[in-house]
Amino acid sequence: MNAVVNSIEIDCLCKRFQLGALQGRNLQLREQLLQSLRNPFRRRRAGEWLWALRDVSFSVPRGEVVGIIGRNGAGKSTLLKILSRITYPTSGNIRVRGRVAALLEVGTGFHEELTGRENVYLNGSMLGMKRREIDTHFDAIVDFSGMGQFIDTPIKRYSSGMRLRLGFAVAAHLDPDILIVDEVLAVGDAAFQRKCISAMENLRGGNRTVLFVSHNMAAVENLCSRAVWIETGQVRMDGPARDVMKAYLGTYGGESGTGPGLTFEGRQGNGDIQFTRVEYLSPEGSPCGVVRSGEELLVRLHFHVNREVLYPSFGFRLFTRMGTLLTETNGKHHRLLVQKVEPGDGYLDMHIRNLNLIPERYSFSFWVTSETGTPVYDGDVRSILDIEAADVYGSGRVPESRHGVLYFPQKWRLVTDLDERQSR
Amino acid sequence: MSSSQESEQAAPRAGLAAMSETMPATALAEPAPRLTTEAGHSSLGGHFDSNSGRLRELWEFRELLYFLAWRDVKVRYKQTALGVVWAIIQPLFTMLIFTFLFGRLASLPSDDVPRPVFYFSGLLPWLYISATVTSGAMSLLSNSNLLTKIYFPRVILPAAAAVSGLIDFVIGSVVLAALVLWYHLPVDGTILLWPVLVVLMTMLSLGVSMFLAALNVKYRDVKYAVPFGIQLWLFITPVIYPTSMVPAKLQWLLALNPAGGIIEAFRHAIAPTHPMPWSLLGISSAVTVAVFVLAYRYFTNTERGFADIM
Repeated sequence: MNAVVNSIEIDCLCKRFQLGALQGRNLQLREQLLQSLRNPFRRRRAGEWLWALRDVSFSVPRGEVVGIIGRNGAGKSTLLKILSRITYPTSGNIRVRGRVAALLEVGTGFHEELTGRENVYLNGSMLGMKRREIDTHFDAIVDFSGMGQFIDTPIKRYSSGMRLRLGFAVAAHLDPDILIVDEVLAVGDAAFQRKCISAMENLRGGNRTVLFVSHNMAAVENLCSRAVWIETGQVRMDGPARDVMKAYLGTYGGESGTGPGLTFEGRQGNGDIQFTRVEYLSPEGSPCGVVRSGEELLVRLHFHVNREVLYPSFGFRLFTRMGTLLTETNGKHHRLLVQKVEPGDGYLDMHIRNLNLIPERYSFSFWVTSETGTPVYDGDVRSILDIEAADVYGSGRVPESRHGVLYFPQKWRLVTDLDERQSR
Repeated sequence: MSSSQESEQAAPRAGLAAMSETMPATALAEPAPRLTTEAGHSSLGGHFDSNSGRLRELWEFRELLYFLAWRDVKVRYKQTALGVVWAIIQPLFTMLIFTFLFGRLASLPSDDVPRPVFYFSGLLPWLYISATVTSGAMSLLSNSNLLTKIYFPRVILPAAAAVSGLIDFVIGSVVLAALVLWYHLPVDGTILLWPVLVVLMTMLSLGVSMFLAALNVKYRDVKYAVPFGIQLWLFITPVIYPTSMVPAKLQWLLALNPAGGIIEAFRHAIAPTHPMPWSLLGISSAVTVAVFVLAYRYFTNTERGFADIM
């Protein structure tokens, strides 16, 4: 009745850890002996349990690329470790059909003293490749890594970037039915990440099932058709990647204090008009928990008028985290001429079309003055604006704070002499 | 060791809570969670719980065993000036010192075997056993980065330690052969026993290291106990002295130490000055097999939890 073949079926999976004694500590035999001597008839305290996974069920049809998202400690990694058989579930069933390769780390088992060549073989066999397979792919692996001239150098002389390259090159030549990937894309330099993304994209093609855990929302959005959101060990939401991510980002944004709130430290002005709160909204007017690069943003600034004021002038400044002024606009730029405000409440909508900011923390500073600039009714009321990453270039490569503060929507094209000649 | 027996139910959920688990060794008493696969042919997706399944899986992973052993050998003598010569220096110099100390000064008997051959033939298996047990006991801990990141039958780690040690053993054997030729020893058919003894020696070392390695994951005491234990073990093993020094009635006691019968047999196989001590070898072989089987069972019963308590 079900034509779809599931690569992975997870049924009521639970995993719990005991907190305390056994974890991360050198357990001394003596302690245990002493304990059982003191209390020979008592069993050790139940202690506290941590349920890393509770009742997780879902299945993945063959060929689907599923993103697993969730906050740190939600249980994502435990799930992957169970699927890759590194650790075992407390209860529940898992059915896995096909050859699994788990990439929980790039370059697992690399040994410092061995050369690049030797490590390719070692790492490859750890990931489940046969020696013959490695032989066949060896040149391609070296090519992919770009380590050709260093391949016979011990990797203790490699930079961390070079190691990653080599490790990913081996991984990219795996041929499993099911690929489990954990955060590998979070590392490496830009050019290499792009290579990894395109390697991952190639994986999508065939009948390969991919489970992809990441904090990089843009990568999930780019690669996965479906997403599973794990929260406190349970599946909170499971569905099309876009929907799940939207819900996730909404919740996450609210919790982490990204949401706007005005801070009044350093406030200036005589108080004739006072800002009361600010809202970050989508253009349709619904609150958005998270603001992402390139999105539209409606900043709704609420104020209270204590005393009638003629010709007030509103404006804001936008600062970087380091305090550099990015831009300042006021009502005049927008032909907003307010003749008079009377005591009571009101709000001002500022619609920003394209937030071409690179993910970082910024801050608004709002002010309202008389037309001439004095007196100031209210000034330097701040609000934090956290910009989250988005796939603004459509490549899966997200600009980061080290790339500056702004990005511009752009398209690139390369023309060489060769093209010119051909077109002639 | 079964201290982690727990049945208190901390879980709020009916049905699920009934499956109480603690640290893995004891989880087996409960309905064990199962990871199944329908791709039995695969080396990665397959999950095997039965003993035959485990062996088949080990076979699937034989190349990893080879690569890990090869890595150990490669790394052992990397960036050393003398390289693999160390494999000869160690038993050779120990033999010279023993010959002088115990032979000349203490005048311990050597069963009519030339003293250098006597000591060398005992030292060769002994050094293999002690080196393998030392590195095997640490094999899980020192590879914890692998245990927490990839799956493979965990027993491969102590096994790789046992296999890589054989290289040194083989190199040492060449030196021993040279000594035998030098002293014109009348080698007879019992030399054919040599490969069998190598298997027994490997089984014994692997058995002891499997047990210690698994124990070491949970109790780091092992790290301190092993060097000390090995020192004591040397004294109850006929390396420095021949078994014949012990009253005949008590010799079986010496053979209960499996290294005893095996090392004695090694010596008799290359220097047949006395009849082969078959009964001692028999006892030691039986003990070796028992140690191996029990250690393997302990290992497989605890291995599920290695990654959790690492």
